[in-house]
Amino acid sequence: MSALLSVSDVHIAYGKVEAVRGVSLEVGENEIVTIIGANGAGKTTLLNAVMGILPLKGRTMFAGKDMATLDIEDRVAAGLSLVPEHRELFATMNVEDNLQLGAFRIAKATAARSFERVYSLFPRLQERRKQLAGTLSGGEQQMLAMGRALMGAPKLLMLDEPSLGLAPIIVADIFRTIGELRAAGVSVLLVEQNAQAALQIADRAYVMELGEFVLSGAARDIARNQRVAASYLGFQHEGESAV
Amino acid sequence: MNTTIMLFLLQDGITNGAIYALLGLALVLVFAVTRVILIPQGEFVTYGALSYAMLATGQVPGTAKLAVAMGLVAFGLDLFFARKSLHARLVARAVAVDIVFPLAVCLLTYALAGPKTPIAVNIALALLIVAAIGLFLYRIAFQPIAHTSVLVLLIASVGCHLALQGLGLVFFGAEGLRGPALSNVALAAGSLRFTGQSLAVYGLTVAFIIALWLFFGYSLTGKALRATAVNRLGARLVGIRTTLSGQIAFLLASLIGAISGILIVPITTLYYDTGFLIGLKGFIAAIIGGLVSYPLTAVAAILVGVVEAFSSFYASNFKEVIVFTLILPVLVLRSLAAPAVEEEKD
Repeated sequence: MSALLSVSDVHIAYGKVEAVRGVSLEVGENEIVTIIGANGAGKTTLLNAVMGILPLKGRTMFAGKDMATLDIEDRVAAGLSLVPEHRELFATMNVEDNLQLGAFRIAKATAARSFERVYSLFPRLQERRKQLAGTLSGGEQQMLAMGRALMGAPKLLMLDEPSLGLAPIIVADIFRTIGELRAAGVSVLLVEQNAQAALQIADRAYVMELGEFVLSGAARDIARNQRVAASYLGFQHEGESAV
Repeated sequence: MNTTIMLFLLQDGITNGAIYALLGLALVLVFAVTRVILIPQGEFVTYGALSYAMLATGQVPGTAKLAVAMGLVAFGLDLFFARKSLHARLVARAVAVDIVFPLAVCLLTYALAGPKTPIAVNIALALLIVAAIGLFLYRIAFQPIAHTSVLVLLIASVGCHLALQGLGLVFFGAEGLRGPALSNVALAAGSLRFTGQSLAVYGLTVAFIIALWLFFGYSLTGKALRATAVNRLGARLVGIRTTLSGQIAFLLASLIGAISGILIVPITTLYYDTGFLIGLKGFIAAIIGGLVSYPLTAVAAILVGVVEAFSSFYASNFKEVIVFTLILPVLVLRSLAAPAVEEEKD
């Protein structure tokens, strides 16, 4: 499997404080990769830096191209998309306008197809298409943020805590959609605190602690790891102690 | 005061108010998209008006050359900031926008300027010149510091105002100028007489407000500008270049300023520094609109115009004082209504 996104030996600092240290990761085509870890581990920082919001030291390649000189807008045009933790919707504009702007960088004909695709993934958005984004419920806002990112037909979608603050039934819905994305040929890099849900859906996983990856491998194996089970899944595997 | 005088004053106030409305809308537009409080808006008015007035006498205004010079500086900046990722398309775009466009406008002005040039051509030339200056002003003075605080942007804005006003003195001299009227038609309704010029002011103001509404409500570029105003990071995440949004906002603002200038220069003599005061009145309207609301700004602008007309009748020495005092109760009310917040850092 060829790597769509490859990040090697990345360091990210806020002033003198280094938040991410020597991290390397890869996301392949048609793959869901998750980064799990506690609050403050540096997961969001890493995603923001890959998107170009924060500066980083190290090498980032996307679809075979070095991203060092690309700014956020160029990365979007190259097929990289981020749904940030705070969603960053256009609150005073309606759902349809938000989605239309998601397709800002692509041709009109492709945008029409993107609308169909997003509305079929999230029928709720079609019902609410004339409603202002700021008046939607939390779950609907998350759907809109994902829908807006998908409008640009990205190759890789990076999701930062999509389940944060949402009701369990909506979380299930969001995760089902993430699975459907892989079937549709979109790779996903998922940062989640809800480790159980993330590990169930992901192909591979990285575990991040204090700015470093401490574990990586197939999601199935990571879910079975005793340390992960104790720290992030809230239980211990039988016959094992979490040391 | 009898009814006739009152109607005259109202008419006068509404005509001026319409101009302030245009300027107020431009200020709100620029602030919403770039967070710049556009003090040089008044200079766009003067440059548009006086370039048009000079063209009408057959002379080429110095502003045409200024546009070329600013284009060259902008070109240098474009290349410098993109030095790490220079590619042919970027250079071609920079050459087209920064060099070919202002040079074409300047050459066109030299080719067409003459005592017999039609009014419409002179207007088009004046608008093109000021549009180029507006575009490059953003590129040179504001784009490199677009991420800084509102205060820094305001200081840069004041600097631009002073520089452009000084250059205005060089280009147009200390003497005032008047331009030819757009139309000599006159209509009478009862005791009121509407000149073609004042009708043009109403017509263009309304047309511009409708055009802005259509632009922001229905075009993708307009929506992208609104999106930039609502959420800068969100806009960047869908691939909207906030620098381009800023350039479009300044382009529109300079065009609006120049049109306002061309509309008033046949009614009143304008000097190189008159624009500042006119721009400030648009600013009062924009402040009453909270620097966010377009309709409120338009209504406030009409109010400013009417108050100005009546105060120049009753106490002409205190005309400006009375008009600018309008801002005080609004500021007091707004500061009472809004909670104290620290400025957000981008």
